[in-house]
Amino acid sequence: MADVVVPASARAAELIPARYRNPGDHFFKLVVLGLSSSIILLAVVMPVVLFIEAAPTFRAFGFMDFLTETTWDPVAAIHGAWPFVVGTLITSFGALLIAALPAIAVAIFVSEYAPKWLARVINYTVDLLAAIPSVVIGLWAIFNFAPMMRDLVYMPIYMWAIEEAEWLIPIIGAPSTYNLITATLILALMIVPYTVALSRDAIAQVPVEQREASWALGSTRWEVIRQAVLPYARTGIVAGLLLSLARGLGETMAVAMLIGNRNRMPFTLFGPAATMPSVIINEFREAVEPLHYSSTMAVGLYLFVVTIGINLLASYIQRKLSISKGVL
Amino acid sequence: MNLRARYARDRVIEGLLVFATLLVVVPLFVIIFYVIMNGFSALNFAFFTEELGSPARAMQGRPTGLVHSIVGTIVIDLIALVMAVPFGIATGIMMSEYGESPMAPVARLMTSTLNGMPAVLMGLMAYALVVKNTGGFSALAGSVALAFVMLPIIARTTESVLRVTPWSLREAGMSLGLPRWRVTTALVIPAAKAGVITGILIAFARAAGEAAPLMLTSFGNNYFTLDVTSPMDTLPQRLYSLAISPYRQWHTMGWGAAIILLLFVMVTFIVGRVIVQRMEDRLKN
Amino acid sequence: MQNDTTDATATGTATSAATAQAPRHIATVNDKLQTPDGNTVRLETRDLSVRYGISTFGVQNISAQIYDQNVTALIGPSGCGKSTYLRALNRMHDLGTDIEVTGEVYLDGENLYAPKMDPVVVRRRVGMVFQKPTPFPTKSIYDNVAAGLRLVGVRNRATLDEVVEQSLKDAALWDEVKDRLRSPGGSLSGGQQQRLCIARALAVGPEVLLMDEPTSSLDPMATARIEELIQKLKHKVTIIIVTHNMQQASRVSDYTAFFYVGELVELGPTQEIFSNPRELRTQEYFSGEFS
Repeated sequence: MADVVVPASARAAELIPARYRNPGDHFFKLVVLGLSSSIILLAVVMPVVLFIEAAPTFRAFGFMDFLTETTWDPVAAIHGAWPFVVGTLITSFGALLIAALPAIAVAIFVSEYAPKWLARVINYTVDLLAAIPSVVIGLWAIFNFAPMMRDLVYMPIYMWAIEEAEWLIPIIGAPSTYNLITATLILALMIVPYTVALSRDAIAQVPVEQREASWALGSTRWEVIRQAVLPYARTGIVAGLLLSLARGLGETMAVAMLIGNRNRMPFTLFGPAATMPSVIINEFREAVEPLHYSSTMAVGLYLFVVTIGINLLASYIQRKLSISKGVL
Repeated sequence: MNLRARYARDRVIEGLLVFATLLVVVPLFVIIFYVIMNGFSALNFAFFTEELGSPARAMQGRPTGLVHSIVGTIVIDLIALVMAVPFGIATGIMMSEYGESPMAPVARLMTSTLNGMPAVLMGLMAYALVVKNTGGFSALAGSVALAFVMLPIIARTTESVLRVTPWSLREAGMSLGLPRWRVTTALVIPAAKAGVITGILIAFARAAGEAAPLMLTSFGNNYFTLDVTSPMDTLPQRLYSLAISPYRQWHTMGWGAAIILLLFVMVTFIVGRVIVQRMEDRLKN
Repeated sequence: MQNDTTDATATGTATSAATAQAPRHIATVNDKLQTPDGNTVRLETRDLSVRYGISTFGVQNISAQIYDQNVTALIGPSGCGKSTYLRALNRMHDLGTDIEVTGEVYLDGENLYAPKMDPVVVRRRVGMVFQKPTPFPTKSIYDNVAAGLRLVGVRNRATLDEVVEQSLKDAALWDEVKDRLRSPGGSLSGGQQQRLCIARALAVGPEVLLMDEPTSSLDPMATARIEELIQKLKHKVTIIIVTHNMQQASRVSDYTAFFYVGELVELGPTQEIFSNPRELRTQEYFSGEFS
């Protein structure tokens, strides 16, 4: 992630006298550059391929109309991505909303409060959480978390709402085991490690001088954090939140296992819904009709565009708005 | 505000932070606990020797297992690794050692872009490029999709470990009159070997847990096969199918698949950590 | 500037003349706050040692007296422990791991390392300015100066305004920033940022101000302004300054302490230390530095 301004290798090129730039060098460089052009090719080819595969859909419905169309009915050959866009936005923003504060809190705790050994243990644990495959978390949630939440939380709230707050019913809906809110909660759990790691990195960037300046004013630990650490790390943390959001947008398996897969709006909190990745997983293998196939590809293209947009925004924030670049 | 109140606030905040940390850390242990609890009872001899077959097999209590998924995972992932490693390491070398090349910043941008891409899109890509052109789902298409997943991870970790190898090492090599490519291959890469291997391990572990790209490429198979041009089963994708199936016996097998995946991921994780720790200790001394 | 320097030298000379026969206060423990030469002891360290890790000494057994309303400069080759010593005076070492401080630091007769003494309180009484200017970059000039007061819950607008203005005036920055108190602290030039940090430190009303090479990142003009400021400030607050620049020490300080490999070699009136050092190590260092 950390970009060095002047790469060491740039100096290497200047240091080596011309006579040492021998044929071996040429050949090696050629091989390295050739192989590594694959990654550029891959990144460039991706949107092109997705667009070509999705073309029939865009021809049939139009690029923007496909986005805003609310019906997804393969039998009637009408396809619109809007329900999945909405589902994706609700789950990923919801997950970020849930995950952000605890994650930043963990980052602060491990970098500022916890003794070294404990910080290390917590960091390992959080990193391990990130390493657990999506399907394993999904499996646990299907058989333990989702039924438990339904019986202990959603049902009581629903029963209470029927009696006391009828206006809530259209928002929460009748509880099903696999639903929007469960998928969002699990998604929050899955993006927490990223948010923690990125916030931790941002906090680690705060110069020791800033902390000391605050200590020297007679601050307590929390006051140092509020006065010197958080303002300085702010942009890094925001960029980290955006990257976590992008993670959440693309998270596929656990969400597909838990969200209940309903393609029709309106969605309710306790009812089933769908997201862009989940509809791809659920329908792609059965998409025999050309238009059905190209429409799932088109959903994939949207997913690509949203993800790349958020990633670029995050790196823009990190580069342009970071304090260390602008002021110190 | 007096000092006592300020300290009180400091302690209240600390309490909140500890609470948040527990909130984040506890679910991990809950998940591990459940997977181990349910998973071990699902494991038996047949689990490792029999193929899955039709649902009837499990429901009638005949021996059934996931040997075909375990072998399939190994085959598909290893082929993917073989495909991804040369490209990934070369990209890492290019970004670190040929930073003056105009390609380097482009490659860096693309690498971070691909790193943030959902794996399901890698599946769509591999489908459009391989499955469509070869006429069917195949293990090879799955390997290509996983190679797409591994590639940016290997490239990025390779770049970062090469960068932290001391500059003096390169200077020493050049002062001996070594050409640049010898400096890279004989000095820099060996010095960073452990880190490069860790990067490959991380990429491998990450890809081994991916189900989404494989569902669209290697498809899955209830029976054993070693034919890489035909659909092949893998553990993560089988786990998903078992979990959403209506059969109780298959749910149990799903837990079995989960514990194997989890153990694999944890072992890789710990091995990777140990290697990184050793490297850091060595750099300190 | 020129006048100030002359004054300082004059004071130094007068002091040294008065104490020509009196013993210098090197590594002596004086229980009386009033010294024979008429100075008041503000800060005193007894057998102060700072140890990094298990074996290596940062500084060892430093006993010294710092006089009120004077500027004391700590000099010596890099790595001699002068910054380590300085940071022990407001317990900044408490923040590091693997650092052990032994001995005592008395501020107005009160041991700052007493078990009941709170480091947060210590740091309010002994302020600090660092090598690199460290304004809080997102905070405005006003908020930077007010930062220390807000910590203790001062919310009264008038009080804050008054203290901010006074501190900025004391730091000789008021005229330059009075029209843009709301712009960020990071928008100032390096020298202005350092004076802002001085103002921020002064705002909480410290008794002693520690300065750790405060001009090492500044250009000559900005350095001159800070030195001028130090001369003015010493009547309000006791100043201890670490500097690697011998000329600066001779320009700004009344007393000079020479450190060498973790030891305090000698401490005395600047004039005497520079013109007639007693210790061989000091002489050698000076001759090496100036020849």
